[in-house]
Amino acid sequence: MITAGRIVRLAERDRAQVQFFLDGEMRRALAGDTVLTAMLASEQALRRSEFGPEPRAGFCLMGACQDCWVWQEEGPRLRACSTPVTEGMRLRTTQPESWP
Amino acid sequence: MSETSSPRIVIVGAGPAGIRAAVTLIEAGLHPVVIDEGHSAGGQIYRRPPAGFIRTPEQLYASEAAKARALHAHFDRLAEERRLTYCARSSVIATHGGRLHVLGEGGVQVIGYDRLILATGAADRVAPVPGWQSAGVYSLGAAQIALKAQGVALGRRIVLMGSGPLLTLVGAQLLKAGADVAAVLDTSPWRQQMRGLWQLAARPIVALRGLALRARLGGRYHAGVALELIEADGSGVTALRWRDAGGRQRLTPCDMVGMGWHLRAETHLADLAGCAFTYDEQWRQWLPKTDLMGRAGNGVYLAGDGVRLLGADGAEIAGRLAAAACLADLGRPAPSLSADLRKLARLERFARGLACAFPWPSQMVRALPDDAIVCRCENVTAGAVRESADFGGGEANRVKSLARVGMGRCQGRYCQLAAVELVAAQAGCAPGAVGRFRGQAPVRPAPIGAFLGKG
Repeated sequence: MITAGRIVRLAERDRAQVQFFLDGEMRRALAGDTVLTAMLASEQALRRSEFGPEPRAGFCLMGACQDCWVWQEEGPRLRACSTPVTEGMRLRTTQPESWP
Repeated sequence: MSETSSPRIVIVGAGPAGIRAAVTLIEAGLHPVVIDEGHSAGGQIYRRPPAGFIRTPEQLYASEAAKARALHAHFDRLAEERRLTYCARSSVIATHGGRLHVLGEGGVQVIGYDRLILATGAADRVAPVPGWQSAGVYSLGAAQIALKAQGVALGRRIVLMGSGPLLTLVGAQLLKAGADVAAVLDTSPWRQQMRGLWQLAARPIVALRGLALRARLGGRYHAGVALELIEADGSGVTALRWRDAGGRQRLTPCDMVGMGWHLRAETHLADLAGCAFTYDEQWRQWLPKTDLMGRAGNGVYLAGDGVRLLGADGAEIAGRLAAAACLADLGRPAPSLSADLRKLARLERFARGLACAFPWPSQMVRALPDDAIVCRCENVTAGAVRESADFGGGEANRVKSLARVGMGRCQGRYCQLAAVELVAAQAGCAPGAVGRFRGQAPVRPAPIGAFLGKG
């Protein structure tokens, strides 16, 4: 079951739905969501820190801090705060084994 | 469109400074290239939501809606009429020898320039608070962007902390949008805020508007607080521990913390472009050196919060001035902007008032426990920074090499000022004497594939 995420939608709730996959599971977001918004709608964090035990959920939201990196199933990582989510997108919270 | 003889002018950034610079150049008959990280022009403060969002500029920008509308409409019309070349969603990652390396969706391309106007803006100036590496801690700017560009709050129960105009503004905006704001904690005590007052009177309407916003926060607002610890469990923030002005211990449960102490100029490209820097005692940061018009030398001009932290109105003026300086240097007729220069002086006085009323919390940073994290990218601790300063001396770049503080993926944007403060304390010198981290290309992480080309 998908538990409630970190974010609270306060406005702009009447947008078309978009489906994407997170670690293989189907999730729903709204058209116009960034990957960060889409993921945090059902998650508390985006990834784990490589240097400590804590999860990370982004920090600056303007492409400067690089805290919000997530990966696509095909390998390349992206900045969740500045990438729009798209229909059928396949995302991972961990780096794929074979590094492209 | 443009003749081969016409100079190639590139503007980096399409916030208020970049837009006004572009407009001024176009009015003089030139065709600038504008490179912008946004999906549409506006910058951070006048950032526009994606297509399909329905809130009006009045809802998004409140008292500043008319300015936002004017900037957006003007820029969009010029782009539509092809009087400028707009490269959206593109980052300048390096510059050398009159050429910019621009990372866009199709990889890296090289764009040459004769004159360069940098309008790169600013980001939150943050200071570490123990626990700030936890999920659910964001900059104040992030909280505002989430609300404005996505219509969301980044938590169910929010604590905002820091100091400066954004603290009050974001608090009031979140409350108005229906978010649960538990507390707004200002590290600047009332008596310090009063000290900035006479300079803040340079813009009485803006100052009064700030006070009105502050009043909306009601009992949530506390001045003169001491921030102690952001408590967290395995999934993120759970509470903030702080002391009020009377020294009483307080614990506020929350799942999101927004933090920021006014702004830090974004200067990486100015650094790579060879601009000289000076340490500004009042802003407590290194700022590029320019003349009043924004000339930095070598055909480089700076405008907006990336050089002087005057806010959006100041950025519009600085954009016009930088473009006028550029035109004058090209031997072309430039508009007379003496009224703009006078207004800039008034905005400067107001900004100095803000810097005085809402200062950088240097004592708080100096008192960080050794196990507190200073660099969020690589979890470098205050203790490691202090040890490096003891071992290698009080020089910023030596500490950077030894402790890796400032070498992470944000390239020192969010740790540099705190690290310098710690090094200065350890070495017994002024922060300005510690030096600044040298900027390195690429100033944004870029995948290797982007440099390999796509056939």
